[in-house]
Amino acid sequence: MRLTLRIWRQRGPERPGAMTTYEVDGISEDMSFLEMLDTLNERLILEGDEPVAFDHDCREGICGACGMVINGQAHGPERTTTCQLHMRHFADGDTIDVEPWRAAAFPVVKDLVVDRSAFDRIIGSGGYVTAPTGSAPEAHATPVPKPVADTAFEHAECIGCGACVAACPNGSAMLFTSAKVVHLNVLPQGAPERESRVLDMVAAMDGEGFGGCTNTGECALACPKGVPLQAIATMNREFLRATRKGAR
Amino acid sequence: MYPALPTVCVMALATRTVRRPSPLATLWRSTVGKKTVMAVTGVIMLLFLVVHMLGNLKIFFGSTDFNGYAHWLRTIGEPALHYSWFLWITRVVLAASVALHAVSAYQLSRRDLAARPTAYAHRRPRASYATRTMRWGGVILGLFIVWHLLDLTTLTVNPRGEAGHPYQNVVADFRNWYADVVYIVAMLALGLHVRHGFWSAAQTLGANNARRDSALKFTANALALVLTAGFIAVPVSVMTGVVS
Amino acid sequence: MSYVDYTVGEPIADTKCPAGPIEERWDRRRFTAKLVNPANRRKYTVIVVGTGLAGGSAGATLAEQGYHVVQFCYQDSPRRAHSIAAQGGINAAKNYRNDGDSIHRLFYDTVKGGDFRARESNVRRLAQVSVEIIDQCVAQGVPFAREYGGLLDTRSFGGVQVSRTFYARGQTGQQLLLGAYQALSRQIAAGNVEMHARTEMLDLIVIDGRARGIVARDLVTGEISTYFGDAVVLATGGYGNVFYLSTNAKNSNATAIWRAHRRGAYFANPCFTQIHPTCIPRSGDHQSKLTLMSESLRNDGRIWVPKAKGDNRPPDRIPEQERDYYLERIYPSFGNLVPRDIASRAAKNVCDEGRGVGPGGQGVYLDFADAVARMGRDKVAEKYGNLFEMYQRITAENPYEVPMRIYPAIHYTMGGLWVDYDLQTTIPGLFAIGEANFSDHGANRLGASALMQGLADGYFVLPSTINDYLARHPHDTVDPRHPCVTEAVADVRVRLDKLLSVNGDRTPDSFHRELGELLWDNCGMARNDAGLRKALERIPELREEFWRRVKVPGSGSELNQSLEKANRISDYFELAELMCLDALHREESCGGHFREESQTPQGEAARDDDRFAYAAAWEWRGEGGRPPEEHGGGTGVAPVLHKEQLVFEYVHPTQRSYA
Ligand SMILES: Cc1cc2nc3c(=O)[nH]c(=O)nc-3n(C[C@H](O)[C@H](O)[C@H](O)COP(=O)(O)OP(=O)(O)OC[C@H]3O[C@@H](n4cnc5c(N)ncnc54)[C@H](O)[C@@H]3O)c2cc1C
Ligand code: HEM
Ligand code: HEM
Ligand code: SF4
Ligand code: F3S
Ligand code: FES
Repeated sequence: MRLTLRIWRQRGPERPGAMTTYEVDGISEDMSFLEMLDTLNERLILEGDEPVAFDHDCREGICGACGMVINGQAHGPERTTTCQLHMRHFADGDTIDVEPWRAAAFPVVKDLVVDRSAFDRIIGSGGYVTAPTGSAPEAHATPVPKPVADTAFEHAECIGCGACVAACPNGSAMLFTSAKVVHLNVLPQGAPERESRVLDMVAAMDGEGFGGCTNTGECALACPKGVPLQAIATMNREFLRATRKGAR
Repeated sequence: MYPALPTVCVMALATRTVRRPSPLATLWRSTVGKKTVMAVTGVIMLLFLVVHMLGNLKIFFGSTDFNGYAHWLRTIGEPALHYSWFLWITRVVLAASVALHAVSAYQLSRRDLAARPTAYAHRRPRASYATRTMRWGGVILGLFIVWHLLDLTTLTVNPRGEAGHPYQNVVADFRNWYADVVYIVAMLALGLHVRHGFWSAAQTLGANNARRDSALKFTANALALVLTAGFIAVPVSVMTGVVS
Repeated sequence: MSYVDYTVGEPIADTKCPAGPIEERWDRRRFTAKLVNPANRRKYTVIVVGTGLAGGSAGATLAEQGYHVVQFCYQDSPRRAHSIAAQGGINAAKNYRNDGDSIHRLFYDTVKGGDFRARESNVRRLAQVSVEIIDQCVAQGVPFAREYGGLLDTRSFGGVQVSRTFYARGQTGQQLLLGAYQALSRQIAAGNVEMHARTEMLDLIVIDGRARGIVARDLVTGEISTYFGDAVVLATGGYGNVFYLSTNAKNSNATAIWRAHRRGAYFANPCFTQIHPTCIPRSGDHQSKLTLMSESLRNDGRIWVPKAKGDNRPPDRIPEQERDYYLERIYPSFGNLVPRDIASRAAKNVCDEGRGVGPGGQGVYLDFADAVARMGRDKVAEKYGNLFEMYQRITAENPYEVPMRIYPAIHYTMGGLWVDYDLQTTIPGLFAIGEANFSDHGANRLGASALMQGLADGYFVLPSTINDYLARHPHDTVDPRHPCVTEAVADVRVRLDKLLSVNGDRTPDSFHRELGELLWDNCGMARNDAGLRKALERIPELREEFWRRVKVPGSGSELNQSLEKANRISDYFELAELMCLDALHREESCGGHFREESQTPQGEAARDDDRFAYAAAWEWRGEGGRPPEEHGGGTGVAPVLHKEQLVFEYVHPTQRSYA
């Protein structure tokens, strides 16, 4: 396959960036999108150019490191991560636009690499169960109904990739935050901190400069792990409940 | 950088000792809470509009009925309430709702735009259809409400402007093509606003879940259609001479 | 000069294992260990490198105990450590099924599964602690799979006959890591852990014989800084990526442990690498990594190849009687569930016979037709849905209809830094946990045991044993102008500058690929004397060429992913050499290490317990930490082998049999 790539190049956070055009040839349909970029980068190095910087690690769709906006869609045309997107979804001769996640809370570090540490701070504000090592009761002491465990799992699947933020016209982190809140709040283990968790995490989310949610729904369409849009409704409910209770 | 919302970034363990702000402050300061304000006020306005639309349809029963109905509105609650009190309570609630709704919408929109400062070079049409129509639609509705109050409540701009005779005022209005245009455009904007707004409010208030989702969307569409059609029926029937 | 001529040094006499009955040793050690007064703990700084299951759990637990933790990972978030990719599950001797499991059986299975090359005391402790791990994770909100009654579900995994593997669909590693990460995040927010993401450790600082800090590079700004502490914990994972193609995350690397090795930590059993039998075969030269299909698939999938050589009919056209379900045939009692090394080698054998399927004949079928017929498609989807999806995405084939094609791939490294019972390396104050140490798995790791070991080390073992070390070494501050510090920093600088200045004509990856192929061919699934000698000759040449011809664009003072890569690869050359040497010197077959010269008449691995019942701990004798590029990339002096003799008091070595 022969392709024209238009890739966002930006040397550093404070530097200006621009879309730059590259031609690549000899791309196999079985390559992943990142392998296609590897091919380009190998060539750029030999030509004395700087390779395109992008985050990646597991290349299995689970670490959440990779992520770029391909033809205006977070992670590209398939509902999966960029590393699991294969070139067979493109046609010979296509022009492909590749851009970094765009959001005020995700400043560009270089090329397609952005800083998503805001997510970690949201988790740090309350996305955990306070269970110091050694204090745990026997695992079977608290049975968890299967449907509840399944709901928790469905939300815990979030890989923290940030595609939801990138896809949201408001740069909102509601889907990510709600995935975590729902995961822990539905479980009996998470119940004691249910109120403070949601209040603190929403406050942290706002503090990081993410936008508000206007229920656009783009986030859930872009989410490679299928975190459902209703997660946001559930978090809102938890938030209102906690506010009502005036949790201390 | 985000003037609309003072940042309350309460740190993890600190929360156990720090007193939280009051529930109202929590609501008003957070994006989620502010959105709740919008949803609640939106739903109040929505309820009003359903009743208002039904009332408007009385116009098809003729001027006596309609004017009588307008009069009756002012006597609701008597003798517990004095003449017009109910109306004034409604007005205060509605005015507060519009104000809170609009202020929240403005603050959140500013924040939302700031949170996404750079647009993608590759644009896709699908994105943000609802959001954009919500913001512009909201502005249109806001302007319409001002016009509408000047027109039919204070009668300032009404061509006839006879207090206590709303039927005649309405008919006088819709004989003008520009009033028809203003009303019809506004009603279409209302339809779009309600279409996303009703479902959105359910989502914001946490009433949505996987099972209800499609029912809520269906209701939103139906409500939007009924409201728009119900309201538009009035100018259209005046224009076509069904009501005169 | 190559490594072939190593020397044998003093055997390792003291592993700090407590004496007494094996069931009591861990309690005894915990009791004899000195403790640090809680009020004093804040004064101590512990450096933890790595945020995987081992590092994440250790950092969180040490911080909970009151220590000041300074932690590092090269990813942009601690949550992305390679552990997140583990699919299948985690073992624990809970015996919830009442199927005959017990701590002793888990201990027994692990020693036997490791082909009798692990330390009994450690494995016994691992089995004991496994039970607490599940409790801990459940308390953290890890959403393990559950039964309708609300209790935890388990499944069986390769190499054992009991059902002791806890899982969270095909994402167990992710869920466990998120649990540890959340606990860590809580400590970060509370200010007890100072987290440095996107920061890579490039050297270890040893002062007066004790590990006192690290040199690290901020991967965003390129700044090189030093960090000091009272102890250093390496939780940096395995080195499987030395093979270029492996199931490890692309950026997993050996730099931290290799640098520690060069500063004096012994490296044990480097040739013990695990090949996983169920990976998706490679599709072309562009392949950048291999994807694992969880071993749990072997519970319900049946493995086969055509009986006839070169039979290239599509699978559904090959009638039942012309298929060879070779694992079920050769190993009737374990069938498709034999341990990984055995399953891998069997696949290699049938492919070598010319009966492999798919492109290049490098694959065997993993067939779910029977499972779908027996359980129904929905049930299969519920159990394996996400794995099937992943397979289909990568290969564009639908495994519900066409059998999967699988092939073995490098997956895990049993070797690593040598540690004593306290998980301390031979450098006092330097601890190694998780896959980074030579672990409790001997010559072969059983499925679902790495997660168990990582969490055992991080949540329970290290937090107890490190107390003893810290209590014996009162806190003092490190002088940043100490010559050992400046020298370590200078070493790092010289090395990076050198990489940037070669400006040759080959990309870093091209070297990595070449090295990987060389290793796979000669130190992969089967090894022999001639091949290993050939590799030992070739590696130094390749290394020399690397330092002459590599091209690294850009500068060191910015995000430079080529530089990161090149630096990691430069360590792989040295490590690869030690792996081959270790493989060459171990003239027996055991576990994942299969020497063609040493096999039973049936073609199974034949151990030689008389000569090789030891862990091989290698000591670096390169020239005083001088970077190898200064002497033409050579490693200087040949390494020294220290043997830790293994004693089996409780599980008596037998020829492993899974027939
Ligand atoms: C695909 C796959 C599936 C697996 N499935 C299972 C399974 O089902 N069950 C099971 O028991 N085991 C499984 N394993 C094995 C298991 O996942 C690993 O052995 C285990 O997760 C290793 O954990 P760790 O904490 O030791 O290291 P890792 O998780 O590899 O973490 C290493 C950490 O060190 C950091 N690091 C490394 N080098 C540096 C440096 N120089 N400077 C700073 N930081 C550094 C990294 O950033 C990372 O945070 C699987 C492995 C793979 C590859
Ligand atoms: C004063 C003029 C108005 C403005 C500026 C305005 C603006 C907005 C905006 C920007 C939104 C958010 C869009 C979104 O969530 O997607 C919104 C939501 C909404 N509006 Fe309005 N609007 C106005 C009038 C009205 C009226 C008259 C109604 C009554 C029908 C209404 C009902 C709603 C509802 C129900 C929502 C959804 C709230 C939620 O999502 O939680 N609005 N409005
Ligand atoms: C064709 C459509 C409409 C007609 C014919 C109509 C007609 C009227 C009339 C006759 C009144 C005066 C009632 C009285 O004073 O007794 C009135 C008041 C009002 N209308 Fe409408 N209306 C229409 C649409 C709308 C819409 C879409 C809105 C809101 C978005 C709206 C909001 C109001 C408000 C707030 C009042 C003031 C109530 C008060 O007196 O406090 N109307 N309308
Ligand atoms: S919610 Fe989905 S899109 Fe958002 S971070 Fe999690 S996995 Fe990514
Ligand atoms: S796209 Fe954005 S507006 Fe809300 S529903 Fe998703 S966060
Ligand atoms: S590289 Fe890990 S999800 Fe894509």
